Amino acid sequence: MSEQATLPPAAPLEPDAGKRRFDPQGLIVSLITTIVAFLIAGLVVLATGHNPINTYRAIFNGTGLAWLIPGVGNRSNEAANLQQTLLDTTPLILCGLAVAFAFRCGMFNIGGQGQYFAGSYAAVIIGSSWASIPGPAHIFLCVACAALAGAVWGGIAGFLKATTGAHEVISTIMLNWIALWVGEYFFGLQGPFVSSGGFNPISNDIFGNVHLPVFWGSAVLQGLDIGFFIAIGALFVFWALLNRTTLGFEVRAVGYNPEAARYGGINVKRNYLLALAISGSFAGLAGATDVLGWEFHIATSDILVSNVGFLGIAVALLGRNSPIGVFFAALLFGALTVGTSSRQLDPSVFDPQLAGNLTLIIQGLVVLFVGADLLVLSVWKRIRRAR
Amino acid sequence: MEREAPVLELRGITKRFPGIVANDHIDLDLRRGEVHALLGENGAGKSTLMNVLYGLYKPDEGEILLGGVPIVLKSAKDAIERGIGMVHQHFMLIPVMTVAENIVLANEPTHAGIMLDYRAADQRVRELAAQFKFEIDPEALIEDITVGQQQRVEILKALYRKADILILDEPTAVLTPQEALELFEILRRLKAEGMSIIFITHKLNEVLEIADRISVLRRGKKVDTVPREGATEAGLAQLMVGREVVFRVEKPPTHPGEPLLRVEDLHVFDDRGIEKVRGLSFEVRAGEIVGIAGVDNNGQSELIDALTGLRHAASGRIVMGGKEYDHATPRTMIDEAGLGHIPEDRHLRGLVLDFNLAENLALHDYRHEPDSRLGWLFPRRLLTRAARLLPEFDVRGGGPSTPASALSGGNQQKVVLAREIDRDPRVLIAAQPTRGLDVGAIEFVHRRLIEERDEGRGVLLVSLELEEIFSLADRILVMFEGQIVGEYPPDVSEDTLGLAMTGAAPEVTAA
Repeated sequence: MSEQATLPPAAPLEPDAGKRRFDPQGLIVSLITTIVAFLIAGLVVLATGHNPINTYRAIFNGTGLAWLIPGVGNRSNEAANLQQTLLDTTPLILCGLAVAFAFRCGMFNIGGQGQYFAGSYAAVIIGSSWASIPGPAHIFLCVACAALAGAVWGGIAGFLKATTGAHEVISTIMLNWIALWVGEYFFGLQGPFVSSGGFNPISNDIFGNVHLPVFWGSAVLQGLDIGFFIAIGALFVFWALLNRTTLGFEVRAVGYNPEAARYGGINVKRNYLLALAISGSFAGLAGATDVLGWEFHIATSDILVSNVGFLGIAVALLGRNSPIGVFFAALLFGALTVGTSSRQLDPSVFDPQLAGNLTLIIQGLVVLFVGADLLVLSVWKRIRRAR
Repeated sequence: MEREAPVLELRGITKRFPGIVANDHIDLDLRRGEVHALLGENGAGKSTLMNVLYGLYKPDEGEILLGGVPIVLKSAKDAIERGIGMVHQHFMLIPVMTVAENIVLANEPTHAGIMLDYRAADQRVRELAAQFKFEIDPEALIEDITVGQQQRVEILKALYRKADILILDEPTAVLTPQEALELFEILRRLKAEGMSIIFITHKLNEVLEIADRISVLRRGKKVDTVPREGATEAGLAQLMVGREVVFRVEKPPTHPGEPLLRVEDLHVFDDRGIEKVRGLSFEVRAGEIVGIAGVDNNGQSELIDALTGLRHAASGRIVMGGKEYDHATPRTMIDEAGLGHIPEDRHLRGLVLDFNLAENLALHDYRHEPDSRLGWLFPRRLLTRAARLLPEFDVRGGGPSTPASALSGGNQQKVVLAREIDRDPRVLIAAQPTRGLDVGAIEFVHRRLIEERDEGRGVLLVSLELEEIFSLADRILVMFEGQIVGEYPPDVSEDTLGLAMTGAAPEVTAA
């Protein structure tokens, strides 16, 4: 590929020139990936002796997405379901952004889970201390400290990479485990932050006035809280940070070509540190929205099964590290989780227990195919050529 | 003159890409036992045409005739099976495997169809090498042999697959002059054995040295096919560029002013801890071009890295504008010392290929007003600057929002040049500024460098091309094993300079 076009108008002879910038191929890969994942999962459903079309319809009915189409179904039921879906979407957006931001700086942040833990611990500890602080200020303090805790947790990996060259994949995985066991210690029996009385391995509940206000649905029945807006706001912040600040310019330059960035006078190590800290703050925010929005406390048994930080990786991959993509990928995974939950899915159509695994299968396939985007693209091109 | 049917014929080959016709009705014929050079600027359509011939692209129009019979090539495998071999610019070899293993790869002699027969592979490669008088050790690992030898492995691979038509894509770009001469020897032997060779290049002297016939492409069209007899560099250059080309840019005499850059007793180590710059001293004055000549890997890269802050010197002084810069960062050298730097590798350092041209042009200035204020970036101002600079520096092939990767090498280099010159540097370091460029772009770059000199900047030119040193430098320093071994005026003879570059100069004066 020694030569490309010099002739005006601009004409990339290299087929993927500028691919990451204007990303029509990315959209195609994501769409095909999703469709193929659903098809294969449908075959699995078929293999269990169920009807995949009925199953998918039942899952869809459980997501509440039908609420968006006026005049369909039971409005109040659909609304309640959609509130659940968006509640699940909120931390997925934030954890997706945590992975995506590091990606844009050329790093693979596997540590979303640990950064999420750090944020949720900070939120629950501060939210259950100092009852005298007025509600809004207390909420703000919780959210800010959660973001900060996530930033510190991500920043440790960034610091290690900048100073010793330790690979962020290794260090973030290890930090995940450290965060997990710190939580087990914090909120375990005889732990420093175990609930008053200490009979159960669980944290104190946050004060009632620190709950994020519910703006849609009933606060008692777990309606949608304003944490959703924090996630939407984070999407804009993500975009503006990358495209409208000198910091974002540096992060992108380092992500594309660290040597050229260094030549341009950019401190590459500083950017590694900052990018991972910013990544961590997104995941930390996810911890805050969960704790302040609907969990209100942390049980050690929840810590062991939490995987939202890891789902963030799939979200970022499927969303191709763009804010819009992350939003829709998070919505997809959020809807799947809710739609296949035992509360939503009619057991006569498909066993919810199996359906939960179906979600995992679809998520796994998505990660597999997105990782193999070149494969998907070449198949796509072959199909198009054949026509 | 006997008229044997051509072994290969291209008729009216047309290949379009969105917004561009890369090959526009190109006719080409290849005779048995000839070296047919395909000459053209970067982006003229040479590689596209060869990719069509090698089955990698499907032509939109036209046909390919092999021995007079029309054929359709669906893939490179098709082409190989029909005896067409290609040696790419970037070798497709597996570094941890041996020469013989690489050659037989995908077509291995086997025991019982499953086990690789190493001995047979070795034997076949030895026979082949002997037949064409290649000096190569079949048991050596690819990663242990030189680039020139790796290229021979690629050629042998094609021969092993029984190619009788060989396409070489810019084969000398990666070779030293000595290796290039050896390659030409090999090509002559292959020719004598009846091979037909297509030789893609943009270097005029090579064409005149090795080709029997020369086809010139310009902007996707074939301009002409001429025999070597009677062809001249000037004539070919004119065909290639479409206008008369000045090989040596006119250069008015210079009146150097005060020193802008002073280097004293500089010592620099490379990544492996080897001392590559060993006590270097020189100065660059306002209004002069100082050329550093030398064979590759004599410490030039480490010297440039130290001057630009990309690598810290172990000891010594770097003084610019009366201020000493010790352990300075690249940012300090760019922003405070006023250093411009055209790096030797524009893909590694000079450009962020995924950034658009506006962003690449702002690679140093994004952090200052008017590009940004208090950390807030104004992308539109980046675009405005690009819209002004791109025409000024004759960058063709894209606008401010085109990704740098979409441009040809020459135009990419012009973007780098535009960025470094527009910042009004006190001293401009130009490292291999025309590497891989065609004659038209070289002329442009040289002209701009001389203009910068005439405006009173100091220019430090580091080049491996003696021709470039001769046409630009006002003073020539010869660098050998990390030291300056001599200083010469620009009218020194090539022989003297060449001798000095090997460290054998009579007046070795360790500076």
